[in-house]
Formats: sequence, structure tokens, C-alpha cells
Amino acid sequence: MMEIIGIWMAALLTLCILSFLYKDNPFYKFAEHLFVGLSAAYWAVYYYFNILYPNLIQPLFGHGQLLLIIPLVLGIMMVMRLFPKVGWVSRWPLAFIVGSYSGYNLITYLQSNALEQVRATLVPFIQIESWKSLFTNPGVMTFLNAIAAPVVVVGVTTGVIYFFFSKEHKGVFGGFARIGVWFLMIAFGASFGYTVMARISLLIGRMYFMLHNWLHLI
Amino acid sequence: MNIAGRLEKIDRRIIFLLTLLAVVIPLLLPIGFEIKVSEPVQKFYEAIEALPPGSKVLVSSEYDPATMPEVYPMNQALARHCFKKDLKIIGMGLWPQGIPLNQASMEQGAEEYGKEYGVDYVNLGYKAGGIVVISAVAENMPNTFPLDYAGRPIEEFEIMEGIRNFDNIDLIISLSAGDPGVRHWVMIAQGRYGKKVAGGVTAVSAPAFYPYLNAGQLQGLIGGMKGAAEYETLLGATGTASRGMDAQSIAHGLIIFLILFANFFYLLGKRRKK
Amino acid sequence: MKKQIPLIITFIAGMVMVLQFFIPHRPFSDLQQLFNSWFLIITVFAMILGLGNLFKVHTKRLQRRPKGWWYSIVLLAGFAIMFTVGMIWGPARGTPFDYLFWNVHLPMSSMMFALLAFFVASASYRAFRARTPEATLLLVSAILVMIGRVPLGNYIWDKLPLIGDWIMSYPNMAGQRAIMIGIALGIVSTSLRIILGIERTYLSGK
Repeated sequence: MMEIIGIWMAALLTLCILSFLYKDNPFYKFAEHLFVGLSAAYWAVYYYFNILYPNLIQPLFGHGQLLLIIPLVLGIMMVMRLFPKVGWVSRWPLAFIVGSYSGYNLITYLQSNALEQVRATLVPFIQIESWKSLFTNPGVMTFLNAIAAPVVVVGVTTGVIYFFFSKEHKGVFGGFARIGVWFLMIAFGASFGYTVMARISLLIGRMYFMLHNWLHLI
Repeated sequence: MNIAGRLEKIDRRIIFLLTLLAVVIPLLLPIGFEIKVSEPVQKFYEAIEALPPGSKVLVSSEYDPATMPEVYPMNQALARHCFKKDLKIIGMGLWPQGIPLNQASMEQGAEEYGKEYGVDYVNLGYKAGGIVVISAVAENMPNTFPLDYAGRPIEEFEIMEGIRNFDNIDLIISLSAGDPGVRHWVMIAQGRYGKKVAGGVTAVSAPAFYPYLNAGQLQGLIGGMKGAAEYETLLGATGTASRGMDAQSIAHGLIIFLILFANFFYLLGKRRKK
Repeated sequence: MKKQIPLIITFIAGMVMVLQFFIPHRPFSDLQQLFNSWFLIITVFAMILGLGNLFKVHTKRLQRRPKGWWYSIVLLAGFAIMFTVGMIWGPARGTPFDYLFWNVHLPMSSMMFALLAFFVASASYRAFRARTPEATLLLVSAILVMIGRVPLGNYIWDKLPLIGDWIMSYPNMAGQRAIMIGIALGIVSTSLRIILGIERTYLSGK
């Protein structure tokens, strides 16, 4: 019985949100506000059961790990931002968060997203095997595979040149930057294609629920 | 007003209706298009196949109901795949809404393959802090997660025996819909600790992870519902992702038609002006 | 006091995280673990601050009663119900909290984002024009990927999926990698400026 009530609630709330397509209306607004309230409570409950209790309350008050008073005090200082007069004290915990993040980001971004990417781009410009297969078996895919390595090297290099704004994009440098833009456009196009794919998938998921779980049509 | 102008001003609710029909009709009347497996998904599958029975896989769920149609089928298929191979799953998450979704996936797989909570799988729950959580888990897992998602001490669970840090984990899989997610697992777990990491991501974010795949920082990548459908195909099971592929095809066809149609009249109008 | 101490805290926290990468031994490894455990807790309070702000806004709306004020009651009631059942029964599977998650929170969240499918279709039709050679390149790439990545593409031309994969794995990858490197260098320099106290905008405001 509870399952049936649940499915009906889910279906009706889905329709409330869907009604926004016609125009903004009270049903949508009701669902929207309910959603925000529920989400906030969901997060709050998880904060308590998954972080505050196991990582602060239990070790501090149960096991006497007194050093945890420091993050507790810093945490309370963070919440002080809600009160304008003493809001400035929230800068201390904020500084801790920003500092820690910056420390992590400094090294990890450099290592994984810059140096490692440069290393992976330094591949042989001409890959003999793929060119051999192009000549023995000419076709669309053998051609594309043969030019794959140069495409990567040229694409990454010119793309990075485009992001170099300390020099004016003119002459040969400007030409490279323009090739870089082409690669960026292909990447944005691919991202757009994938975004369409993602959004349609979300709709499919919801419609599958409506047709399968609620209406039992499929 | 010319045709192009009039077409541009068409009531957008007509397009909404067409989109709805393009999704609903193929769901009601399936066509059964064949699903071909792409290389990144094949690699993901092989990364799991390569693990010997008893290996421990860390599955981190960084997604929420908003992206569930894309990532949840991956999560379900992954749980089935792991249990079929007798692998053990340690679940956790950097997004709180991903926790019950991962738990439901594992429970479903466990029921099919007769696996038990605490012995074959566990869900450690959520921690806030993204990259810092990953670093904390890498160094000291029991300290970071003293209790499971429902508040039970992890010492009670057989699966957690001997697990101290990343040294005791054989493969890390992040199912992610954004940040924190796969990116951070690659940066810390792979970049700093040299662990094998694979990812299942939403289609929106998938293109940005190809550099990681190319550089060997990711063992495999499942992108969006299509990727999930490919993974289901490899496992020989039809899940919600595979069922949605006909609708996905038709809806893409509709959108491409709309783009080409609008551009045809746009270019026609431009030529006339000249 | 208001600015100097935060700058010192940022410097220490940042430097500990940087140094432990190069010297993964004591005392830096211990300090890192300690700071990590503190970080998890302080982050939660940052999120509690967000919740506090939400309450502040909506209780003010209840006092002032502008148009649509009663929606704030819906929001606060939704919070109260979910929070109460969560705190009483916990978040485990099968609890009333879990029931509300699957049957009330989940469908709304899912549908809210599924609406984007309609808007992306409408935007594709209205705004996606081959105005310049660059825009044409973007359009062609998008269409090839869109058709190549779904099963239908295979029926139109069996090479389409392969071309779609090729675009993703090479030209797209190259463009994405260039963006990735650009962003990484930007983040590295900003992080360094923050740790050294040159970048201080995060300390602005009251």
C-alpha cells in the first residue's frame, strides 16, 4: 500500500514540475519550494549522521579527543557570519578552508592536469603503423587513424597558444591561435552534442518511470 | 515577415511537444536498435574483468537524482558485474544524495548473487570536502569513516578487516555527475597514490575526461546513458539504459532535424538578402 | 587581527598541504591528516551557514508577507518534516526518511533537470546557426557526435559511430586538453597567490 501511495506521490509531483512547460504556475511553485525544503533537510540529516556524529561528537565527547575542540570552535566561528556584528570571525575558518584547498590544488592541478597532459601529448608525430595500414587498406577510418597523432599534437599546442594572452594574436602566432580556436570549437561542439544527449537521457528516465512504474504501459 | 522569421518565432511549446513525443513514442513502441560498444566502455569493463576474485573495489557515488537516469544504470550494472566476479564493494560518496542510490544498486546486485552486507559490500556513507576527503581516505580510511552510512561501527564488518588505506584497495571507481568527482579521484588517487581509477560520468561532463583516458590516468570511462547501455550490453543484461536507447536515437534525430531545418531557412534568408 | 590572522592561517594550511606532497613524512604527514580531519568538520559548518541563510530569507518573507509568501511555509514545512523523520529514524534504507527521499525528493529533482531536455531542444532550434566558419565547425562537430553516439547513427552509415568516437578521442580530446592545461595553470597561479597572501578577495566583506 505504501509503495502505491509513494508511486502516486512521485507521479503527481513529476506532473507539477512538468506543468512549468506550459507556464509558471502555483503547482510548479509548490513543488519547487517543497523540493528546496526537503533537499536542505536531506543535507542536514546527512551532515549529522555521516559527519558531525562520527567525526566530531563521538570522538570528542565519547573518546575524549580534545584536539577536535579546535575545528568545533572554528566551525562555530563560521556560522557567526549570520550575525553581521561578529561576522568577521568567520574569516578564520574560511582562511583554513581556502588555504587547504589552495595547497591541494597547487600541486594536484599542476601534476595531473598540466604536466601529465603535456607528457601524454609528446607522442610520435607520425605513427608508422597507422600510415602503413592507410596505404594497404585506404578508407575513411584508416585515414582518420593515420592523422590522429598529428591532430592531437597540433590541437593541444595551438589550443594552448590561443590561451596565451600576453602576446597579441597577430601574424604567425595569430594563425596558430586561430587553428587553436578551431579545435576548441570542435571540442565545444562535442560538448554540446553530449549535453543534448544528457538532457534527453534525463527526460527518458523520468518518462520511463511514468509509463512503467505509474501507468504500467510498458 | 519572411518564412525564416516566422519559423523562428514559432511557439516553443510546439517544440516541447515534439520532444516529448520523440521520447514517449519509442518507449511505448520499442524499435530495438542494436547497441555498439565503444572503446572507453570496453576498457572500463576490462578493468573489472582483470581483477581476481576477492579484490576490493571502492565505488564512490558522486551523483544525485537529477542525473540518476544516466548514472544509476551504471551503478546497478557495476554492482552486478562486481558480484558476478566475486569482487567486494566498498561504497562511499562525495555527494550525499548518491549514498542511497549506491546502496540500492548494491542491494539489488547482492540479492541476485546472494551477497551479504558487511561481508561482500558495505556503504561507508558521505563526507563533505571533496579532494580533502579523498586524501583523508587515502591515508586513513577507518579514521575518516569510523561508522557506515547508517551509523554502525565499521569494525563490525568483515569486509573492512585489514583495510587501512588505499594500499588495501584494488580499483577505484567514481560514478560522478560533476565536482567533486572523477576529476578529484584522478588528481589524488591516481596522480598522488598511483591507484587505478575508472569513471562513470554524465554525458555533459564526459568530453572533458577524454584527456585523462588518453593519458592513461583513467582505466575506462562510461559516458552518459549511452555508455551505460553499452556496459549493460557487455554484461548481457537489459537495463533501463538499454531500454532508453531507441528514444535517445529518435530524440537526437529530432534535434538534428530542427537544427538543419532552422539553418536551411537561415541560409536561404541570408542568400536572398545578398 | 581581522586580516593578518586569516592570512597566517591560509599560509600555514596551504604550506602544510604543499609540503606533505614533497615530504610525505612526519611531521608533515601527521599535520596533513590532522588538518584533513578538521577540514571535514569545518566544511560542514560552512554548509550549516548556508542552511542558516536559507532560514533567514524565508522567515523574513513570512514576516513581510510579499506576494507568494505562503510558498515559504511549504519550504519550511518540507524541511521540518524531512528533518524530523531523518533525525528520529536516521538515513538507513527502509526508514521513513528513505521513503520520502525516493518518493518525494527524487521525482522532483529528476523532473526539474529533465525539463532541460525541452529547453535544449528549443535552444537548438532557435539559436544554433552557422553564422561564421567557427560556428559551422561547432555545429558540424555537434551533429556528428549526436548522431554518431546513438544506435541510429549505425543504421544511417556504419562508419558514423566510428567517426563520432574519433572526434571524441582526438580533436575533442586535444581541445579539451588545451582547456585543461589552461585552467590548471590558472588555478596553480591563483593558489600560489592565495597562499602567499597576494590574492585576498576571499577575505573581503564584513
